[in-house]
Amino acid sequence: MIEVGNLEVSFGEGAAVIRAVRGISFEVAAGETFGLVGESGSGKSTVLRALSGLNPNWSGAMHVDGQALGKRRSKAFHKLVQMVFQDPYGSLHPRHTVDRVLAEPLAIHGMVDVDRRIETALVEVGLGPAFRFRYPHQLSGGQRQRVAIARALILEPKVLLLDEPTSSLDVSVQAEILNLLQRLKRERGLTFILVTHNLAVVAHMCDRLAVMNAGRIVEEMDVAELRRGEASEAYTRQLFNASLGYNRARARELITFE
Amino acid sequence: MTQLRAWLTADTPVSRNHARAIQAYLSWRALASNPLTMIGLLIVVALVVFATLAPMLAPQSPVAQDLTQRFIAPGTQYLFGTDEFGRDILSRILYGARVTLYIVVLVAVTAAPVGLLVGTVSGYFGGWVDAALMRITDIFLAFPRLILALAFVSALGPGIENAVLAIALTAWPPYARIARAETLTIRTSDFIAAARLQGASGFRIVVGHVVPLCSSSLIVRVTLDMAGVILTAAGLGFLGLGAQPPLAEWGAMVSSGRRYLLDYWWVATIPGLAIFVVSLGFNLLGDGLRDVLDPKSS
Repeated sequence: MIEVGNLEVSFGEGAAVIRAVRGISFEVAAGETFGLVGESGSGKSTVLRALSGLNPNWSGAMHVDGQALGKRRSKAFHKLVQMVFQDPYGSLHPRHTVDRVLAEPLAIHGMVDVDRRIETALVEVGLGPAFRFRYPHQLSGGQRQRVAIARALILEPKVLLLDEPTSSLDVSVQAEILNLLQRLKRERGLTFILVTHNLAVVAHMCDRLAVMNAGRIVEEMDVAELRRGEASEAYTRQLFNASLGYNRARARELITFE
Repeated sequence: MTQLRAWLTADTPVSRNHARAIQAYLSWRALASNPLTMIGLLIVVALVVFATLAPMLAPQSPVAQDLTQRFIAPGTQYLFGTDEFGRDILSRILYGARVTLYIVVLVAVTAAPVGLLVGTVSGYFGGWVDAALMRITDIFLAFPRLILALAFVSALGPGIENAVLAIALTAWPPYARIARAETLTIRTSDFIAAARLQGASGFRIVVGHVVPLCSSSLIVRVTLDMAGVILTAAGLGFLGLGAQPPLAEWGAMVSSGRRYLLDYWWVATIPGLAIFVVSLGFNLLGDGLRDVLDPKSS
């Protein structure tokens, strides 16, 4: 479904250039959930932004559903690939009602039957029609993220890019959102790319994962290997150990990877 | 009444208009809780009422001269006295409210949208569009406002329409700057990224997403500027480049009354007070609107 080959993304020019992603390649099969894991600044979100078309400063080759991607994306691409952002407080327009948020993608793509689609979308994400005419400030963080998921799914995409969709929510809501995403994926046969630094989320959601550090993929593994703790690279082992929680002996072993 | 209130404070709106009505009601309550703002609003509403009803409220024609009735002090016969041609100052103040309102409204509806459009387009698209639009804005900003207005009026000829045009031409660049600055902070936000990912065109994003967020701070700025616009118009009138006699315009009235200030104080003072009160009203209203509308303050 998704093929990324030798992707490079850099910010800035000349001496101040920062190479955020340094030639990474991966493939995601249809119906799979692929995790991109790494610490802050490892370039995992940048990969997602390049793939979605938000960042045009990339080189390499990207294919989605057999189509090569250019710098500018067509409407058909946007209907195929949608994204859910990390911060539900920033990803909804503060002056738009839920109704307007969900009606806009339908208007852009000239889809008919607007009322029915909006109500179905709200029910599917577990909100119900009572939320339709509320403003974002009348919703909790979890409810906002549900609206953002409804907005992403209302165009009936095949691929959903998830940029740390739960990291700004509290723990009980995180589980609800992850279960919601799992259910929607089953029902609609979606393909997910999930960016996160939380290995527990990866173990819960993903089939395969790639570990990123300093703009490169350090290791690709499937989730069963992750659960058994069978990482072959030192960086992955350290990330895995860090996820087990803090203790003094473990903290002393930490090394910096470049 | 209680039913209406319940409908206006419901937390689950049932339609688009219901949601809008609730928002408007909550903003109104926030606005109404500030007494100074209400005084400002009252003054502005009074200006509108007096201006529309001037022919009915004015005891005399604003231009009817009666040289036997010159310089009569304010009293029961003439509430605000009469001027050097025996014209009733009260009537002239009421008709002058029309001119002031005309200037204020015309400047607001021409300068504000132009500034908003230039600023948001410049901020959102960036690059050479931004550079070109902002250099044009810089050129207009580089001239002192009254001087540029004077230049326009002397080129186009004195008159109230040209004064308005001159003020509008000098009023939009600050609005463009504000709108651009707001747009620059908005354009990187996730909800704009989400709109782009839905395939929204640049035009749709600017009009539907950026403008609504910039307009509140712009409304505040325009309201606060209204006092300045009134004073500039009065200043042009005072210099003889705005409204031409015998048209009743407050600035021109101050100007002609100035000669008799020591002997007949009311001729210049009454229109001066009118300018002062209306400017104060707009300033108070603008301050209150800033508290309610400015998204950064909440």
